[in-house]
Amino acid sequence: MKKRVFSLLLAILLVILPCMGLTSCDKEGGRTVTLYVYNWGEYISDGSEGTLDVNRMFEEWYYETYGVKVQVNYSTYSSNESMYAKLSSGSVNYDVIVPSDYMIERMIAEDMLAELNFDNIPHIGNIHSDFFGEGAQYDYYDPDNKYAVPYMYGMIGIIYNTTMVDEADIGSWDLMWNEKYKGNILQFNNSRDAFGTAQYFKGLDVNSNNKAEWREALALLKDQKPILQGYVMDEIFNKMENGSAAIAAYYAGDFLTMYENNEELEFFYPAEGTNLYVDAMCIPKSSQNKEIAERYIDFMLTEVPAVANAEYTYYASPNTVVRDNEEYKEYMDSIKEGGYDLMYATDTVETSSYKNLGGDQLIMLNELWEELKSDIEVGLPIYVLCGVILIILIGGGVFLGVRKKIRDKY
Amino acid sequence: MKKHSLRKTDPPPASRSAQRNIFQQLAAVPHAFWTVLFIAAPMLFVLYFAFTDGNGNFSFSNITDLGQYTNVFILSIAFALIATAICLIIGYPLAYFMSRQSQRAQKILMVLIMLPMWCNLLIRTYALMALLDNGGLLNSLLKNLGLEPLPIVGSYFGVILGMVYDFLPYMVLPIFTAMTKLDYRYIEASHDLGCNGLQTMTRVVMPLTLSGVVSGVTMVFVPSISTFYISQKLGAGKIDLVGDTIERLFQNVSTYNVGAAMSLVMMILILISLTIMNKFSDEEGGMVP
Amino acid sequence: MKFLSKCYISLIFFLLYIPIVVLIVFSFNESGSLAEFSGFTLGWYEELFHDDEAFSALRNSLLLAISSAFIATVLGTFGALGLHRMRRRYIRKPIMTLTNIPMMNPDIVTGVSMMLLFVAVASFLGTRELFGFGTLLIAHVTFNLPYVILSVMPRFQQLDKSLSEAAQDLGCTPSKAFFKVELPEIIPGIVSALMMSFTLSLDDFVISHFVSSPNFQTLPLYVYNQTAHNVKFSMYALSALIVAVILVILLAVNFAGSAADRKSRKGGRS
Repeated sequence: MKKRVFSLLLAILLVILPCMGLTSCDKEGGRTVTLYVYNWGEYISDGSEGTLDVNRMFEEWYYETYGVKVQVNYSTYSSNESMYAKLSSGSVNYDVIVPSDYMIERMIAEDMLAELNFDNIPHIGNIHSDFFGEGAQYDYYDPDNKYAVPYMYGMIGIIYNTTMVDEADIGSWDLMWNEKYKGNILQFNNSRDAFGTAQYFKGLDVNSNNKAEWREALALLKDQKPILQGYVMDEIFNKMENGSAAIAAYYAGDFLTMYENNEELEFFYPAEGTNLYVDAMCIPKSSQNKEIAERYIDFMLTEVPAVANAEYTYYASPNTVVRDNEEYKEYMDSIKEGGYDLMYATDTVETSSYKNLGGDQLIMLNELWEELKSDIEVGLPIYVLCGVILIILIGGGVFLGVRKKIRDKY
Repeated sequence: MKKHSLRKTDPPPASRSAQRNIFQQLAAVPHAFWTVLFIAAPMLFVLYFAFTDGNGNFSFSNITDLGQYTNVFILSIAFALIATAICLIIGYPLAYFMSRQSQRAQKILMVLIMLPMWCNLLIRTYALMALLDNGGLLNSLLKNLGLEPLPIVGSYFGVILGMVYDFLPYMVLPIFTAMTKLDYRYIEASHDLGCNGLQTMTRVVMPLTLSGVVSGVTMVFVPSISTFYISQKLGAGKIDLVGDTIERLFQNVSTYNVGAAMSLVMMILILISLTIMNKFSDEEGGMVP
Repeated sequence: MKFLSKCYISLIFFLLYIPIVVLIVFSFNESGSLAEFSGFTLGWYEELFHDDEAFSALRNSLLLAISSAFIATVLGTFGALGLHRMRRRYIRKPIMTLTNIPMMNPDIVTGVSMMLLFVAVASFLGTRELFGFGTLLIAHVTFNLPYVILSVMPRFQQLDKSLSEAAQDLGCTPSKAFFKVELPEIIPGIVSALMMSFTLSLDDFVISHFVSSPNFQTLPLYVYNQTAHNVKFSMYALSALIVAVILVILLAVNFAGSAADRKSRKGGRS
């Protein structure tokens, strides 16, 4: 027994020692500041498959420019709501976050964001005038331009697999409700976007104050639930790429990522209109390294990282050094013919944006979402099976008890 | 060995041992402190959150709000029951047959049953999902054979299959251990006394391995009823069990109060079933010589 | 019958192992598809070895597992000693019950309850830096404690009290008697407690999920995040490696065990 244990300990030690060596190397030389960046999944050029690793680049650039070692701690979330829950629990500390428009509006209203010092963000001029500055069309979430620097934008559309879906059925949101594709449809796994699909489908206001309208959307989603394969977020990449599902509503940029791996996929913006979103970089009030965070934001606006990010995510960029870059345009078109135009087609598609809902509305939306998620049929077979198991259990118990009593008598 | 001389001032043996006893009892103080601080206090927080509203006022509304999750609760209990029953039906004969193999084979089989137990649940669940997904290996094989694909992911069957697959080793191992401890002479004796195979099974083997069954059932039932990863992956986010709901309430919408109430109810449910289970094994235990 | 039982065993083990085997095989797949095998490559492993995040997760996991196993074992061993000597049932009983709660409770409830405690403490202290290694360590020690008690307590109960009394009569101080006579008796229990805590801590996902922060990720948390996003095939490579390491350890333990058995049997004969 002892031998056994010692050999195991030895094996573990062999694994650990090299690892410990690695840690000690990291800590050599000077103080290191850690910058916590919290971003959407698949939303930055991270060095995989030969792309630029933007965060490492920032660390090097910062050390060369300011002589301070910064380590970027980069983590990801899959919905605005989960990011908000993490941040508002007060349990974690972030320096840079990238929420979507309506969530930024909410966080401003709840005094969770810090005002930016634009002296540290000199490249703000790179942002297209539609997205930042006086009279910009798409800065509705932060009209005074005090809290947020646009990162990417895009529209929601429907991705479908051409080998599984008839061309005749496409063009409208009703594809998501088409019973023909039962078990092959994927819906958003976050309340705002999921309700959005139903609201655009029926022409309801996505920012409605009317509870009855939200209930109407809920009824539609409940109807849809039986024909869905599931509610997913970024799991959608694998599912669409390997043909596990045929239809999914998702963000336009991600379509190109999937198309790269599976050319059978196609994409359209529904005719009834769709959502236009802007994701922007913000700094939470609780940030301890606001200055470095601002420089990080500024760094993301400069040409090399901005182009790398745009080419990695395929999302539309509000940055002029990216939009006007001929090489970038060619790259987008090389992924898919007309790829560039597809991403920047804001003028040809009817769009609207999510606004922050008031406090009561938010609570209501949560309740409706819970109602949708907990709307499950147990089904007769399950009841029958369970009944049988319970009867056997109880019967067995009674049998054992009775037998014991009888035996005790002897 | 060094020699120790008795000091003159040594207290008499009785009080020395009493002193020592007190010193040794004090060794439990850090442990007691820790359990109060990190086991009792968190439980009190669950209670507090379950019975207060967002402003910290006492209320029962969280408990009554759970009404909308009735089906979620029923489904979770049902899935856990069914998965446990299937594990038992598959696992009991497996453990029995395993214990009838040669020593060498038993050793290898033991490693084979322990490997999945040690291997992280996330990895195994994901591997199963990747295999069974509509675009996975199984369905593409079926397609190549010209058969209809099986839409397992996103169905009740998929979730139950995931539970059975993940937790089967937890059922087999304790039963197998009980089987190997079983004295073969009992079985021979029952044959000598005229039992046929079935009678030996029900009158000798089963009662003597019941303790293994009870711990196996517990080890499958508790994680099945509280899982969220399995239903997330194999239910594709469509089939919400209690675990998923608690996870969402805490990680996505931060409504801690309802989440705490739900955890509390689940805890009580499990405590009740554990008590019943233990009663079962106690009753039987009294009978076993 | 014998043949049928062999068939049954093979069938169940076959089913139990298909997903894992498929995962391992496809971690060498060139095309990055799970449906067909197009060619052999080690590329995914190469990518994994360049993944700093995976490596720091591994490092964190080991660091956490070692430290939590160590603390839990020390705390639990002394706890078991104290509880064993404790004659007052009204103190002993509630502490034992409390200790066992994390073992009875589903992980998710333990995780949630600890998260509530830490959130309350964080808001009381007004800090945002609470979650991380510290909270994970506390949580892991807490859920390891009952298992430590479970494996050390019986050793104390088996102790022959007269041995240590004899040692004291022969001139040992009480503490010396403890270290010289009683400790060697309970060491096997301590070692198995260490091993148990180490594995439990290394394997835990659910509780860590609730008390961690992104600045300290363990390996299971890393796997969870990976499978929630666009899964890269290097994740399969990672999983394959984990399975391989576990298999090697299990075989080593078994092999060493049987070697030791043989030796002791030989020793018994001579």
